[in-house]
Amino acid sequence: MNFIIKILSFLLIIPLYINDAYAQDCEYKLSIQVIDFQDGLPLSNATVEINELGVMGTTDFDGNVIFENLCKDTFLLTVSHEDCVSSTQSIDIKKDTFSKIRLEPHLTELEEIMVISNNRNNSRTLFENKISKEVLEDYNSRTLGEVLKTVTGVSSLNSGSYLSKPVINGLHSSRVILINNGVRLEDQEWGIEHAPSLDINSIDKISIIKGASALKYAGDAVGGVIIAESSREKLLDTIYGNATTNLQSNGRGGGISTNFTKTNSNGWYYRLQGTLKRMGDFETPNYVMTNTGFSEHNLSLKAGLNRIDYGFDIYYSLFSNRLGILRSSHAHTAIDIINAIENDIPHIIEDFSYDINIPRQKISHNLLKLRGFKNFDFGKLSMRYDFQSNDRKEYDIRRGDRTRPALDLNLQTHSIAFDLESKFDNNSNLKAGISARYQKNFPDPATGVKRIIPDYKKYDFSLYSVYDTSFSKNWFLEAGIRYDFSHIDAYKYYRTSLWEARNYNELFPQFVVEDLGLNTLTNPKFDFHNISSNLGIKYSINNSENIFFNYSMSSRKPNPSELFSEGLHHSSARIEIGDLSFNSEIGHNFSLTYDSSNEKSSLIVNTFANVVDNFIYMIPVDLMPTVAGVFPYWEYKQEDAKLFGFDLKYDRQYFTNFFVGHQFSIIKGYERANNKPLINMPPVNFKNQISYSFPQINNLNLSLESEYVFKQNEYPNNNFEVFIPTEDTYATLDTSTPPGAYHLFNFASSIGFKAENGGNYKVNLRIENLLNKLYKNYLNRLRYFTHEMGRNILISVSYNY
Amino acid sequence: MKIFKYALLAIPFLYFSCSDDDDAPEPINEEEVITTMTVTLVNHQNGSDVVTMQTQDLDGDGPNEPVITVSGPLAAGTSYAGSIVWLNEMEDPAENITEEILEEDDEHQVFFSATGVGMEFVYMDFDGDGNPLGTQFVLAPLGTGSGSVTITLIHEPTKPNDGLDTAGGSIDIQTSFAVTVE
Repeated sequence: MNFIIKILSFLLIIPLYINDAYAQDCEYKLSIQVIDFQDGLPLSNATVEINELGVMGTTDFDGNVIFENLCKDTFLLTVSHEDCVSSTQSIDIKKDTFSKIRLEPHLTELEEIMVISNNRNNSRTLFENKISKEVLEDYNSRTLGEVLKTVTGVSSLNSGSYLSKPVINGLHSSRVILINNGVRLEDQEWGIEHAPSLDINSIDKISIIKGASALKYAGDAVGGVIIAESSREKLLDTIYGNATTNLQSNGRGGGISTNFTKTNSNGWYYRLQGTLKRMGDFETPNYVMTNTGFSEHNLSLKAGLNRIDYGFDIYYSLFSNRLGILRSSHAHTAIDIINAIENDIPHIIEDFSYDINIPRQKISHNLLKLRGFKNFDFGKLSMRYDFQSNDRKEYDIRRGDRTRPALDLNLQTHSIAFDLESKFDNNSNLKAGISARYQKNFPDPATGVKRIIPDYKKYDFSLYSVYDTSFSKNWFLEAGIRYDFSHIDAYKYYRTSLWEARNYNELFPQFVVEDLGLNTLTNPKFDFHNISSNLGIKYSINNSENIFFNYSMSSRKPNPSELFSEGLHHSSARIEIGDLSFNSEIGHNFSLTYDSSNEKSSLIVNTFANVVDNFIYMIPVDLMPTVAGVFPYWEYKQEDAKLFGFDLKYDRQYFTNFFVGHQFSIIKGYERANNKPLINMPPVNFKNQISYSFPQINNLNLSLESEYVFKQNEYPNNNFEVFIPTEDTYATLDTSTPPGAYHLFNFASSIGFKAENGGNYKVNLRIENLLNKLYKNYLNRLRYFTHEMGRNILISVSYNY
Repeated sequence: MKIFKYALLAIPFLYFSCSDDDDAPEPINEEEVITTMTVTLVNHQNGSDVVTMQTQDLDGDGPNEPVITVSGPLAAGTSYAGSIVWLNEMEDPAENITEEILEEDDEHQVFFSATGVGMEFVYMDFDGDGNPLGTQFVLAPLGTGSGSVTITLIHEPTKPNDGLDTAGGSIDIQTSFAVTVE
């Protein structure tokens, strides 16, 4: 027994002796590398102290320091750096040890880093036009389309006074992608009378990338990308916010908007924001545009945790509006439009009113986003899930006591995405990601009107990777590629006569579910595989001058309207026919930008050529008689197209406080086969501005703007001779001829005051169309029925704290 | 990494939404379409002389053109009692749209005109305000020859008015019938 105990003791004790024997050696080496929490770069000149031993070392250029001859023990290390918060941590030494220690920069430093990251471009080689918070504040009673027009080369396609959608380098709708706080907006954007569902008051910064896809978000932006973001929260214990009230004479209404942000130095924050707007009928210089008022209420909430190495947030926004459509724009037949053009002014003009009657649109858009990120050694990994529900109801003048909408669409989109951003030592970056999306469109059959867009489900899957690097101090290169897969599974009732007339019964017999006589139920299914890519080069001539060259290939699958349209579109009084056999549209965009800026002046020159294969657009083919009368018959066609243009922006300060600004843009677009001009190309426009500021009088700033828009002299002739049975004659349905040139003057002024509690007030006075000019705009779809807005005096007071 | 775990919880959401039933959507009852207009003209002097003019477009805005028929010639030297019936034959059974128009008589008016051959039209029914409606009318040929009769139904015209040119509103129905007066 004793023997056994002895043996056991021996076995137990021996390792202790061995262990002890090693410990006595005190020959271990401890290597420490100190790195920056934020960017993972080594910190030199950091001091590392081993508290127990009172030994101190300083890191070298690579952030390394080595301690030798350490015994086996547990030590406390204190690591400090002049730019960072000191950190103490324990470390076990059992063998030669290597450890990375991350230091958080001081709060002030952090603030700067945050600011830098806020101003960070989406790409190093793409020129981005930015709209600052100040401009957004000045335009806070407007629509996104109006604000974006302040950028050279961006115009808007309007349906009346308030409904406007952005046009970038001549392209719009499905060709312009809108990213709201990292989420691609899914809001039936195919419709040219559908404005983007986004409240500009919820946004602090907008970047516009012309003619190129931001591959991280989309590969199908043949026209360009609009990236709207709210600013990143500060890492301080503070409260800040803004309240703005504005009033305007035209429309006799206004809006209020407020936001409130509470942040903490530990990273937790929340932000609330809300907007209310209400307007009555807008007026031209000569008459009231009956039923053009609107009401809008928007809300957004954001909360989360922001740390240097990880964070998450939850974001919710609601956009909802009720928008009157000009009462007289309701035309049923070709003859109605001929009569409207002949009359020159609307046939229904009533006294000013705040009522929003039929026809009108009622939109609500919900967006919920959850996002998290974490920094690893290999980069920043983020994950996002978002849900959007877009509800669109369009009310038309209907016979009988039908107050139900004539169009009722609900579009739900779920998406999930993982993104990785890695920085490499050689000043290059890699971004890569994977995403999946599910979308479901539901047109409510209770409308009693044939569905414009069918029921469909869409499944998307995407992969992208973008790499950028710099060869030297002056040369930057970016290359990216993206793959998108889409599967569309639709159910649609086609008129059997149309199904057969378009030969679909032979081309797509597999889609037929059931022949119901008058209609045929079909189940069209499509797969699209699209590749898009981007190659950009930036050359910095010196600190103030840059040249950007970019080639981007974007691939856009046909949208539901282009595929499935079939029948009478009431709001445009024409029959519109899509095509199931369309392929994806491929855009090759080349752009060259020169940018020069110094304290006194700034110049941006941008030229582009966009060669689009399989460009999808509509042309009038014929007139079609129905019981209701004769309608123009428009078909979507797929033809090769080309667009090119030139934008120039030049600002210069002449004396201390005198500024002059010029903006010029020209765009041309043609079908490639026969050089026929494309429809709705923005006319040439030329803007000039002079302004003078008085810093001694509360930063009073006065400016006068002149905007000259030329007549669009290149347009496709889509006119028809229509038989007028009651008069036994023919009349021309002239929907093509653009209206004449116009010249507008605007006055703008602003003044700022400091409040006693540290906040500040800003008062803006703006007068648009100062001379109350009567004119029509080629890019307004309702131009056959009405002129544009007359003089408008806007006052806004905003308080920032 | 906790964040990611929570975020991943969202994924089942996605699948849940994807697993909707695959049922086809219900067909739409296209309510407001007018497929058929039938004008019946009865000779005041001879009740068995009935002329029917009809336009019928069963596929609505589909590619098939309307079928327009006139049953026979009109007689000169007399007048006809006219009445109009509108149907939506896309619904089964066909819906009589005339009833809706009679209910909303103040928002509608039928306009008559003739080219090539003289015709006189007299309104025989009126809305609540005493303004003409036109579902009942009298047609009197003023001479012989051939020409056309155009019948236009306007939604929301200005009432009263001096005729189609100044009535405004929008066209619900407009059809020309080739007629002969013997």
